[in-house]
Amino acid sequence: MGAKSRYLPAVLLIAGFVASVMVPSTGLVNDYLQFVLMSVAINAILCVSLNLVNGWMGEFSVGHAGFMALGAYASAVLTVKLFPGAPPLLLFPAAVLIGGAVAGVAGIPIGILSFKTRGDYLAIITLAFLMIVKSGLENIPYTGGPRGMLGIPRLTTVAWAYFWCVVAFWVIRNLVYSKYGRGIAAIREDEIAAEAMGVPTRSAKLVAFVTSSFFAGVAGALFAHQLQFINPSSFDILKSTEILVMVYLGGVASLGGSLLGAGVVTILTQCLQPLGTWRMVVLPALLVLLMLFRPGGIMGYRDWAWLKPRLSPKPRPKNEDGQQPEKGEVSP
Amino acid sequence: MSALLETRHLTRQFGGLRAIGDLSLSVNKGEILGVIGPNGAGKTTFFNLLTGIYPPSSGDILFNGGSIAGLRPSEIARLGVARTFQNIRLFRQLSVLENVRIAYDSRLVYSPVEALLRTPNARARERESINASMELLELFELGPMAGDLAGDLSYGSQRRLEIVRALALNPSLLLLDEPAAGMNPSEAMQLLDFLKWVHGKFSLTIVLIEHHMQMVMALCDRIEVIEFGVRIAGGTPDEVKANPRVIEAYLGVEGELP
Repeated sequence: MGAKSRYLPAVLLIAGFVASVMVPSTGLVNDYLQFVLMSVAINAILCVSLNLVNGWMGEFSVGHAGFMALGAYASAVLTVKLFPGAPPLLLFPAAVLIGGAVAGVAGIPIGILSFKTRGDYLAIITLAFLMIVKSGLENIPYTGGPRGMLGIPRLTTVAWAYFWCVVAFWVIRNLVYSKYGRGIAAIREDEIAAEAMGVPTRSAKLVAFVTSSFFAGVAGALFAHQLQFINPSSFDILKSTEILVMVYLGGVASLGGSLLGAGVVTILTQCLQPLGTWRMVVLPALLVLLMLFRPGGIMGYRDWAWLKPRLSPKPRPKNEDGQQPEKGEVSP
Repeated sequence: MSALLETRHLTRQFGGLRAIGDLSLSVNKGEILGVIGPNGAGKTTFFNLLTGIYPPSSGDILFNGGSIAGLRPSEIARLGVARTFQNIRLFRQLSVLENVRIAYDSRLVYSPVEALLRTPNARARERESINASMELLELFELGPMAGDLAGDLSYGSQRRLEIVRALALNPSLLLLDEPAAGMNPSEAMQLLDFLKWVHGKFSLTIVLIEHHMQMVMALCDRIEVIEFGVRIAGGTPDEVKANPRVIEAYLGVEGELP
C-alpha cells in the first residue's frame, strides 16, 4: 500500500469534520437533514458499542438503552440543573464525557455478573438492568419522574455528533485490534480455551462492558441534547431492540457493519415515513430475510480495509506463496 | 532430576463421584510422561485440575515448587503450563494467525488505556506479536495458512495448530490430551516423530494422555496408569507393560498389552 492510501482515511476524516462544522452555516442542508445526519451518527455510536459486547464478545445484551439512559440523564442534569449558564463549548463536552463515565461505571456490575453468567442468562440480567434503570428514573422526582426532563438546551450539532462518532469508532477499533480485543473475541469462540491460553477473561469482559456502556452513555448524552426532551420511556426495551436490529443487520463483530447498520436503519426509517406505523413491519421483515440468507448480517465478522489499523510487520522474507502476511488481511 | 510438577493427595469430587482420588505423582523436568488408563479413568479431569479449569477438592499441586491449586486457568497458563484439548478447541472463527497471537498476547505488556489510544508502545508490541507468531507458524509449516480461518483447516492441521498455539505461551510444561485421537497408525507414528522434535526443540516437559499404546510406549520415558481416579501403576514402559495390575485394568483377565 502506498503513502497515498495510507493517509487517505485521515484526510477524509478531517475533511468530514470541516464539512460537518460548515454544514449548518451554508444553508445547503436544512434542519431536517441535519437531524437525520445527527441521528445516523448517534445510532452508529450505539451500534458499534453494542457490537463490542454482542458481536465481538458474542454475548447478548438487551440493556444498551439502559446505559444510554444513564448517559442522557447524567448529562442533562449537568446542563439543565447544575450549570445552566455555563458556556456551551466547555459545558457540552464535559457533560457528554460525564454521561459516558456514569454509564461506564454502571457497566462494571454487569461486567462482574458476566463472570459467572453467560448467554441467555446474561441476556436476562441485562434485561433486568434495563428495567431497573427505567423504573428507577421514573421514581426520581429530581429528574421529573415519569414525565422526564424538558427544556434541555439544543447543544448537539452535526459537528459534535460526527466528532463523537469518530472517537467511538477509533477507540473501539483500537480495542478490537489489540490484545484485549483478541481476548474478547477468544471468549466468544471458546471461553475455556481462552483461559487456558492465558486470556484473563474476567478483565477482558470488564473492559468490553465498560467501553461499551461508556459509549452508550455518550450517545445518550448526544441524544438528549438533540431531542431536547427525555423521559424514561424513551429508553425502554424498544430502544434496545432498535439498536439490536442495527447490529444484526449491519453485521456482527464489524466496524463497517455497525456504520452500515446504523445508516441503513436510520435512513430507511425516515424514508418509510409515508407508510406510517406500517414501516415498523418492513424493517423486522428485512431482518428475517437477512437472518435466513446472511445470519451474520451484511458485513458479519468482516471489515473494510480502511477501517482497520495499518500495522505492516517489519520486512521479512516472503513465504512460499510470495505473499507478505499482513495484519490488514486478518479479520478481528 | 528435579520435579517440575508434583501433585500431593490430589482429590476431586463431583457430587458423590470421586473423579480423582488421592493422586500423588510427580513429573520430572525434561521428561515425557504418559498417562494412560481405561475410558473414564479421570485422565482428562486430571488435566483440568492441573490447568485450573476445576479447583481440587483437596490436595495440592506444585509447579516449579509453588502451589498452583486454586489459581485461575489464565494465571496457570501464564506460569508456563500449556495444553491441548481432547476434542480440538481452536478459536474457529478467527484466523490461524490470531489463534497463535491470542496465546502469545500473554507475553505482551501494555495497559488497556494504551490499547484504547493505540500508543506507540502498544503498536510496537503488536508488531512484535505478529512477527513472533508468524515465525512460529512458519516453523510448523502453517505460514501459508496464516490468514485462513482456523475452523477451515484440515483435521491434521487443526491438531498441529493447537500445539503451535500452546507453544506460543512459551510453556515449560506441555499437556497433550490424546493428540493421536482420530489418527490412523501411520499418522500416529508420524506424530510420534513430530512430538519428539517439538520436545527437543522447545526443551519442554511433556505429559501426554493417549490411548495409542504403540505410540505411548515408544515416546514416553515413564508411564503412570490411572483407573477410577486412582494411580494403579507407574514406571518405565517395559515395567508397565509387564505389570499384572495394568493388564487386568485393560483386559479384565490375563493377556498382554499390544
